[in-house]
Amino acid sequence: MTMTADAPSHQQRGWYKRNEIAVTPWLFLLPGILFFAVYVILPIFQSFWISFHQWDGLGEKTWVGLANYERLLGGDRKFEVSFWNNIRWLFLYLLAIPMGLFIALFLNQTVRGIRFYKSMFFFPFVISQVVVGLVFSWFYLPNTGLFDQIMGLVGIDIRGGVLGNPNTATYGIIAAGLWPQTAYCMILYLTGLNAVDPEQVEAARLDGAKGHKMLWYVILPQLKPATFIAFVVTIIGALRSFDFIAVMTNGGPFGSTRVLSFYMFEESLSEFGFRMGYGAAIAVVLFFIMLGFIAYFLYSMWRDDKEAR
Amino acid sequence: MFPTPIEKSSRNWQITYQALLPIAMIVWLLPLLAVALFSIKPETDFATGNFWGWPTSFEGFTNYGRVFFDSDMPRYLLNSVMITVPTMAGAVALSAMTGFALGIYKFKGNLLIFFMFIAGNFVPFQILMVPVRDLTVNMGLYDTKTGLILFHIAFQTGFCTLFMRNFIRALPYPLIEAARVEGVAEWRIFWYVVMPLMKPALAALSVLIFTFIWNDYFWAIVLTQGPDAQPVTAGITSFNSQFRAAYHMMSAGSIVAALPPVLMFFLMQKHFIAGLTLGAVK
Repeated sequence: MTMTADAPSHQQRGWYKRNEIAVTPWLFLLPGILFFAVYVILPIFQSFWISFHQWDGLGEKTWVGLANYERLLGGDRKFEVSFWNNIRWLFLYLLAIPMGLFIALFLNQTVRGIRFYKSMFFFPFVISQVVVGLVFSWFYLPNTGLFDQIMGLVGIDIRGGVLGNPNTATYGIIAAGLWPQTAYCMILYLTGLNAVDPEQVEAARLDGAKGHKMLWYVILPQLKPATFIAFVVTIIGALRSFDFIAVMTNGGPFGSTRVLSFYMFEESLSEFGFRMGYGAAIAVVLFFIMLGFIAYFLYSMWRDDKEAR
Repeated sequence: MFPTPIEKSSRNWQITYQALLPIAMIVWLLPLLAVALFSIKPETDFATGNFWGWPTSFEGFTNYGRVFFDSDMPRYLLNSVMITVPTMAGAVALSAMTGFALGIYKFKGNLLIFFMFIAGNFVPFQILMVPVRDLTVNMGLYDTKTGLILFHIAFQTGFCTLFMRNFIRALPYPLIEAARVEGVAEWRIFWYVVMPLMKPALAALSVLIFTFIWNDYFWAIVLTQGPDAQPVTAGITSFNSQFRAAYHMMSAGSIVAALPPVLMFFLMQKHFIAGLTLGAVK
């Protein structure tokens, strides 16, 4: 590895050499920004634009103003069902955080083979959501499914099976989603617990703190960064949920498991003709729900960044 | 250490804990164990209602053999590899550069660009669906692997930039100053000073991207159709319609589809977890 300066041509030495420090970052940023702008940033604005149109994805767009939003918010029952299901996802998905913490506390020991156990508890997260969804849909099968058999022992009979019954289907899917998400939160907390200051723990122990008091007043404050990330990924995961629904119920039964992301997909690429404008409008609503969280996440990260330097 | 180390507790609790571990693990992995059991069962077991009992004969080789020789599965797997690997390379390369630019240099707009990458990464990607699909169709890349790869590279660059920038920022800055004093060109600093130090970050990102892209389903069904370009997550649904209600086959197919990221995880566990838990410790 040579560290000597190369000898650039005389032309290059002029302007470029003089401005090297100012220009280099932009050269390095260029390809990344280009890709990101074309595929991520611009499409966000295009979606806003498209949401004011009626469009089948092929022909001309027809300007309809706010008509899509009026239809959406003016009593579209499918939209209402989707929206409330999103809220359910948001709240119930957050259960992954305490559940992950609980498992992390259970596994945070140094007995023989513990590393194996930690990996086994984590690895549902690595499996694709499609496969997890399939696996759970067999687990939930009416009559023959393991879940139904266990419920049968307790004397509970869910008519049509968990996923066939509009009252239970969404909860069944969320439970399936919680499985990998809990694994993720667990690994975040295991890493966090590893870094907990042992001296503080000892000091607190000498002061007589133990059990849940120790957890609440000494451990949890130190786990704050882990909790923050767990919160971010869980919220995003809940609002993006699509794979599980598409694979497990395809929105049914009777449309009871739709969420906004799924409904949007359904409208845009519907078999009765593509309604891209209406789909875009649904996506915009989802985006605004997300925006509050994004603003909060960015604010927290910005604050930490300022403290860091 | 919290909770209290098991060595310091009573003998009884130690034994209980050791016994509890495998039981808890089996309960936790029950759905997967069920599928593994399904995948080695003969077809007749399902016909006779023997879903959860012991297999009447071991048909693992037959079932998995049929997945590989009697379906489109190998094609879908190959597609997945051909989508995942270029995306991995592309996103890591782009973000090593953006991360370098944002982590080393102080200039106006640095933080703004950084936050643009993060914000774009948090966006519910359904809002990108209609325009990205339209763009891909217009470029003539609909239902091609290239179309899918280009989008994945762009989207993953957001997350990867966050990762790389924070990693590079934690490197000792005097090293770069020293190189500058020596008169080393900036791009050489990137290549010869920073890159060698970034190996752990490159490894961690590569495994993460591999897993994310392999497991992607949404974009696979939005941008592709049919066995020419579709990755295995989308292919598994057509596989399942080929073997409708044949649980032994569907289980074997699912296991095959899920396996590559699982192997990747077990082989590169340290890097994988380091990548996922970035920022979980201050």
